[in-house]
Amino acid sequence: MSLAKPDALHITNAQKIGIITGVTGLFIMVLALFNVEFPSKGLFLVLSIGLVATGVIVYTRSAYLHKLEGIKNDGTWFKSVSSRGIWGWIIGLILTGFYIVLYFFPEYLGLASEGTANTGLISLFDPLSELLSGRPASQWFVYGTLYTLAILAFGYKFILKYRHNRYQQLRTISVMFFQLAFAFLIPEVMYVMNNNLPYYDMKSIWPLNYYIFDEWSVNAFISAGNLGLGLLIFGILSVFVITPILTFKYGKRWYCSWVCGCGGLAETAGDPFRHLSSKKLSAWRLERWLIHVVLVFSVVMTTAVVYSYLGYDHNHFWLTRGVFISLVVGLLSFVFFGVMYFKRQEFGKDAKYGAIGFFVLIALLLIMHFTGTTDKLFYINSGSLRSAYGLYIGSIFSGVIGTGFYPILGNRVWCRFGCPMAAILGFQQRLFSKFRITTNGGQCISCGNCSTYCEMGIDVRAYAQKGENIVRSSCVGCGICAAVCPRGVLKLENDSLNGRINANEILLGNDVDLIKLLNKN
Amino acid sequence: MHHIVIIGNGISGVTLARHVRKLSDHKITIISSESEFFFSRTALMYVYMGHMKFEHTQPYEKWFWKKNRIHLKKAYVQKVNTDDKTLYLAGGGQLTYDKLVIATGSKPNKFGWPGQDLKGVLGLYHKQDLENLERYAPNNEVCKRAVIVGGGLIGIELAEMLSSRSIPVTFLVRESSFWNGVLPEGESTMINRHILSHHIDLRLSTNLKEIKANDKGRVKSVIIEETKEEIACDLVGLTAGVSPNIDFLKSSKIALGKGVLVNRQLETNVKDVFAIGDCAEQQKAIGNRQPIESVWYTGRMMGETLAQTLCGNRRSYKPGHWFNSAKFFDIEYQTYGWVHGMKGKPEYEEQFHWIHKDDDKCITVAYHKNTRLFLGINTFGIRMRHEIFDRWLTEERDVDYVMEHLEEANFDPEFYSRYENQILKAFTNRLQTV
Repeated sequence: MSLAKPDALHITNAQKIGIITGVTGLFIMVLALFNVEFPSKGLFLVLSIGLVATGVIVYTRSAYLHKLEGIKNDGTWFKSVSSRGIWGWIIGLILTGFYIVLYFFPEYLGLASEGTANTGLISLFDPLSELLSGRPASQWFVYGTLYTLAILAFGYKFILKYRHNRYQQLRTISVMFFQLAFAFLIPEVMYVMNNNLPYYDMKSIWPLNYYIFDEWSVNAFISAGNLGLGLLIFGILSVFVITPILTFKYGKRWYCSWVCGCGGLAETAGDPFRHLSSKKLSAWRLERWLIHVVLVFSVVMTTAVVYSYLGYDHNHFWLTRGVFISLVVGLLSFVFFGVMYFKRQEFGKDAKYGAIGFFVLIALLLIMHFTGTTDKLFYINSGSLRSAYGLYIGSIFSGVIGTGFYPILGNRVWCRFGCPMAAILGFQQRLFSKFRITTNGGQCISCGNCSTYCEMGIDVRAYAQKGENIVRSSCVGCGICAAVCPRGVLKLENDSLNGRINANEILLGNDVDLIKLLNKN
Repeated sequence: MHHIVIIGNGISGVTLARHVRKLSDHKITIISSESEFFFSRTALMYVYMGHMKFEHTQPYEKWFWKKNRIHLKKAYVQKVNTDDKTLYLAGGGQLTYDKLVIATGSKPNKFGWPGQDLKGVLGLYHKQDLENLERYAPNNEVCKRAVIVGGGLIGIELAEMLSSRSIPVTFLVRESSFWNGVLPEGESTMINRHILSHHIDLRLSTNLKEIKANDKGRVKSVIIEETKEEIACDLVGLTAGVSPNIDFLKSSKIALGKGVLVNRQLETNVKDVFAIGDCAEQQKAIGNRQPIESVWYTGRMMGETLAQTLCGNRRSYKPGHWFNSAKFFDIEYQTYGWVHGMKGKPEYEEQFHWIHKDDDKCITVAYHKNTRLFLGINTFGIRMRHEIFDRWLTEERDVDYVMEHLEEANFDPEFYSRYENQILKAFTNRLQTV
């Protein structure tokens, strides 16, 4: 059916003023990019950031505050920017271009070469960097500042959009806080306290933070004394202790939609694009293979990297190459056999094959280490493995595609198809967690709002219309499906493990005898 | 192996087909003249409002039908001959069946209003209605005002749709308060106020006299029965209920009342012909239910039940406790068990009503005034658990138990404010003052 796009969704004058204000703020940055000399960089930086923030605030207040509280999706599929129209593509291209320049050509942003001062856009941010940590800005400082600005400004927008929904508000305040404090301010403060410390965002956990166990990073932590050692231990604990406990209690949402920076940007600036994710079964198939391939890649890469700088001698340091490899093999075997024994009935066929394949691969290669003589684990130079990961996964997948393609593929492309941290959390969420989305008996009318607005591309309706709870590894627990449901069918909750996964033939509300006959619970 | 032919690809017919496929190897054909694939009728409004595209209203991808060997045929059945088990299709085709299931749903009611067939007059039921709406009311320049006739669930949805495109709406409701044939007064009046707060020109106790045309045969205005007032408009939505869509069966031997008459096994008077969903009419109403139930859920249940019968396990349609839901602009509504409006309220039914000071949340609990047996609950703006109320109704709990345990039934998102204490307090206070 071809529906003409209605023009009745005019934006108000206040919204236009908001857009102009915000674009003016960005324009100052563009001028800086082209080396326009400002009389005072500090003043113009404040002006630029202030105008962007004010623009978003003015637009938001006009868009939501004069309407009654409730779901605000009117016209989502009519607006060019949010329906892969011309504005969607333009913004996608600009974002993609920005990421390419940021990762591969930072000199175009004005990054100084040795011994010279920054120019261009980066020099505009020098005053703020000097203020916070007493050093000139880098391209990462500029990126971090803009990233934080986006999460704060669009977080405000999201809070007003969902001002009837306290779950949405609280988790948005949470990601705004973690971005501002943990990703942006605390690392700068830590640098001031001890400038041997590497940049460390404490909420960024391995394997999302894929460089934390690199040699330079570990050396830097260790050389920074007790504080550094403490942080390194915290980094290890957050992988093996904190994460499993929180995921068991609350599902992966505690991280993906309450803490994580990637999730934070997706939920705030990315919110207008959440419905663009593909809900096809084929997309789900691709997702399961891709994200687990990235996970295996990151495990292999990290193992190889750590292996490469460990020694052989016990007396020098207890963690030798042999001990390390044994630990890795032990952990992988523990997880693999545990899952295969206790949870095998919960796996689909391809998941079993995939798991077995991956395990055999890792086991074989590790056995080769013990029987062979090669110095290079997996026959590959760990350095090239590490740089390939950094380039293809760290930069291109998570940045250029993950964020640049927001307006085309939706706001969680990276989280859904690529993030190895999400893969680990999802694995645990599916198998060992109290979290689920409960379906309310027989109340579903198959309208499809839940599936449409699922940023992870989960066909929520497919479960809800069968009266089945939604227990999916990819679910980040954003709660939007439950919010947009017009009939009160979905609720995110942490409850007992019994009956968490419930397949129903006949839905509640029909003949009780028939239900008993067919539902073997 | 039989050839089962289902006329109608709505929730009833499709549920039936899915369950027959799970249980058997019968050949299954679904015929529809409305759309190629099954879509959720209740979601059409969201397409017009821009929340979804039409394809999002389709619960199954294209491969689903092939994989499950459910043949889809886009055709209009003109005539049914049950003697030689043949369907005659518009355009000349024929199709034979072993078992025939009629699941053709409803069509909007028209009560003989002058002008009811003009261009720009439409119901909101079929996919084609949505296409017409897009033609006659794409924006507030083409459609400067719309008039909706009929104060029920579809009427209020149409009002919400049109106002999402800033089209001014006049809403003519025959009753003295919105949907008060079904809703108790406190709820109905709260919804009246909510409709007004969305800037809808709500006219209660108001009937349509006629619809006037301009010289091109398009809607120009409507005349109000009571005041003879003329309201200029470019669109008239007729939403005064629906009735079974069964005209094509009039020449057949299948017994018809308002709908296709069926027994408790959903069988018609003709062997091997069945009817399900809101085109079916029970010869005798089941409990408090209407003989014709035009609700999504009952269509689905009839499909689940008839699949058993068609696969050799003959069963009666025995729906469990009544439940339903709707949304009135921003206010969600759920009901479990029976709570009556002014019309048809049994003498033994006592009600307790609580309304929040914000005027967007309320509940009504119905109970037996002598035995205090809990009969049902209506809840607005607070989500409640189907499973819990279904259990309490089966366990025949009394109202005091339900009020004290209301917390267990809460289904609102995490961190929402809770109202059980307030409600219980109001309930207890009321008992003391009576």
